[in-house]
Amino acid sequence: MTEASLYLLQQIINGLTIGSTYALIAIGYTMVYGIIGMINFAHGEVYMIGSYISFIVITGLLAMGHIALPVILFVALLVAVLVASSYGWAIERVAYRPLRDSNRLIALISAIGMSILLQNYVVLAQGSRDIAMPPLISGSLVEFGSLETFAVTISWMQVLIWVVTLISMTLLTLFISRSRMGRACRACAEDLGMTNLLGIDTNRIIAMTFVIGAALAAVAGLLLGLYYGVVNPFIGFIAGLKAFTAAVLGGIGSIPGAMLGGLILGVTEALTAAYFPSEYKDVVAFGLLILILLFRPTGILGKPEVEKV
Amino acid sequence: MANHFKRFSKTLLAAATVMAISGTAQAETLRIALAGPATGPVAQYGDMQKIGVMAAIDYINANGGVDGMELEGVIYDDACDPKQAVAVANKIVNDGIQHVVGHLCSSSTEPATDIYEEEGVLMITAASTSPSITEKGYEMIFRTIGLDSLQGSLAAEYITGTVKPERIAVIHDKQQYGEGLASTVRDELIAAGIEPVMFEGVTAGDKDFSALIAKLQKADVDFVYYGGYHPELGLLLRQSAEKGFKAQFMGPEGVVNSDLAKIAGDAAEGVLATAPKSFDQNPENAERVAAIKEKGEDPTGPFVFPAYSAVQIMADTIAAIDSTDPVEMADYIRNNSFDTAIGTVKYNEAGDLTESTFLVYELHADGSKTAAQ
Repeated sequence: MTEASLYLLQQIINGLTIGSTYALIAIGYTMVYGIIGMINFAHGEVYMIGSYISFIVITGLLAMGHIALPVILFVALLVAVLVASSYGWAIERVAYRPLRDSNRLIALISAIGMSILLQNYVVLAQGSRDIAMPPLISGSLVEFGSLETFAVTISWMQVLIWVVTLISMTLLTLFISRSRMGRACRACAEDLGMTNLLGIDTNRIIAMTFVIGAALAAVAGLLLGLYYGVVNPFIGFIAGLKAFTAAVLGGIGSIPGAMLGGLILGVTEALTAAYFPSEYKDVVAFGLLILILLFRPTGILGKPEVEKV
Repeated sequence: MANHFKRFSKTLLAAATVMAISGTAQAETLRIALAGPATGPVAQYGDMQKIGVMAAIDYINANGGVDGMELEGVIYDDACDPKQAVAVANKIVNDGIQHVVGHLCSSSTEPATDIYEEEGVLMITAASTSPSITEKGYEMIFRTIGLDSLQGSLAAEYITGTVKPERIAVIHDKQQYGEGLASTVRDELIAAGIEPVMFEGVTAGDKDFSALIAKLQKADVDFVYYGGYHPELGLLLRQSAEKGFKAQFMGPEGVVNSDLAKIAGDAAEGVLATAPKSFDQNPENAERVAAIKEKGEDPTGPFVFPAYSAVQIMADTIAAIDSTDPVEMADYIRNNSFDTAIGTVKYNEAGDLTESTFLVYELHADGSKTAAQ
């Protein structure tokens, strides 16, 4: 392969890595929107909390010493998912359910308030500085290409991000398409009122949507925490914004759309940084969003909203 | 009724006058504002300033104060945010404080100086190195730290004279401080006949630099100058090590911080940085260092002793001219020299130090630094 194509390949690999994590967070936005038509702006903060929890657990287990790395990671994942899920559930119960029948705008404001509350609560509890963790997973799976010109590297960390994302997405897809709860979930997305009339506890389904979204955000929180090695209380805002963009790009309300949107956004960012000055990364990523919204307002995989009679 | 009111208002006026007089009589403390980040990602620098200022205040108060007055430090948090810095500056003026040590980040200091100059408040920054702060001909603004341009020239000189790399990239964080420095370094390199192969910005707060690193690898860069602060450089170093990108990195004093090593781990070893001389290692400061350590605080931060000196300069001036009037003080400061924790300080017309206080250091993975060869 030529140097130029090796370079392109490396940038696509970088883009897919970051895109996978956007996709994980985007699921939370898209599922909630699909069912209750509301944008949960506090979702980015749930990701941030997931990242903090996994940091705390990992640091604690490392301090105990002599615990195998896979065990540490598994425990961190479990605790982060559990804690973040309970946050997701509680946010819905406290800030959104009481407002569900009021104007959509009111729930949106409640979501922004919730986001500010959570961010400041973490600042007070954990301090506002970057907290760092030593690199746990180093080395790379493959390196190819000639060393004189350009070598493509895929690090173990990138592989871990792909594998965990793939497993999470497969489980989610199976759950939505095969299980009873998943079917109820799809029914709710179709017509919430009708599903309720048919005797399904829609409150439970909505709460579950928040829990699933939060759990996936916590997975992303752990992965990105390991990848970057730092966390601060402000990471939720920009990550939330990017993931929300990914969800809209792919078609908000559509789960495969969120996955695709995340990957497209990640790769676009990486390729922009690769061939233009990297300060144009966000300009191009958000410019793309505007273009898609202009020419395909429902996003890439979104269905046009059917007027409900 | 009207009469009653008149009488009442007279009483009130009398009471207010009495209170105002007694207020001046009791003014035995002189409040000094500490403006800088107490929260936010660069709050460490605010801590350094606080440690220095408080140590100086404690020392002066323990030795009888200034002109019979005790000094008191009041902390104002601007979070290194230019908008908040303006609000803080207004609040300091409204609170009646006329002497400020701060602000820290150049982008915060610059908008605040307009307010201090207009309101006649004396300001000494111990950390802001952007040249434009003292370029407006302001009377009330001083520094106890050298200029960016000096730091950039020193870095460029070291790169061309000592490191002699083949392909240089200059990266910055698009902020006033980082981009200003990066531009100086680039211009000086070009003047010395070396054209950097890359000059690019990253977004402050960004976490993913994998695309940039691949680009640096492709351009075969062997030396990276980063103009900015430690959170981004730390991640850049860490991710470079993971990607097997080996180049010599160099940064300004904004990256000199033990958190750089916490973020970057072993990748922080050997990074070069220009920083103010390590005043804590100066034997003349041994007593001051001991006093700070006794309080359980860290005397090694680059802004600790510049901040300490800022208070010394204010106190010496008040003692010399027997007045706390900021305008008279500014005039005295501009025309005299001071013996401080950072050595003998003398100012030029603009309010800048006449002598540079920077050196090139090599940073280590344990967070320490040693003078580079």
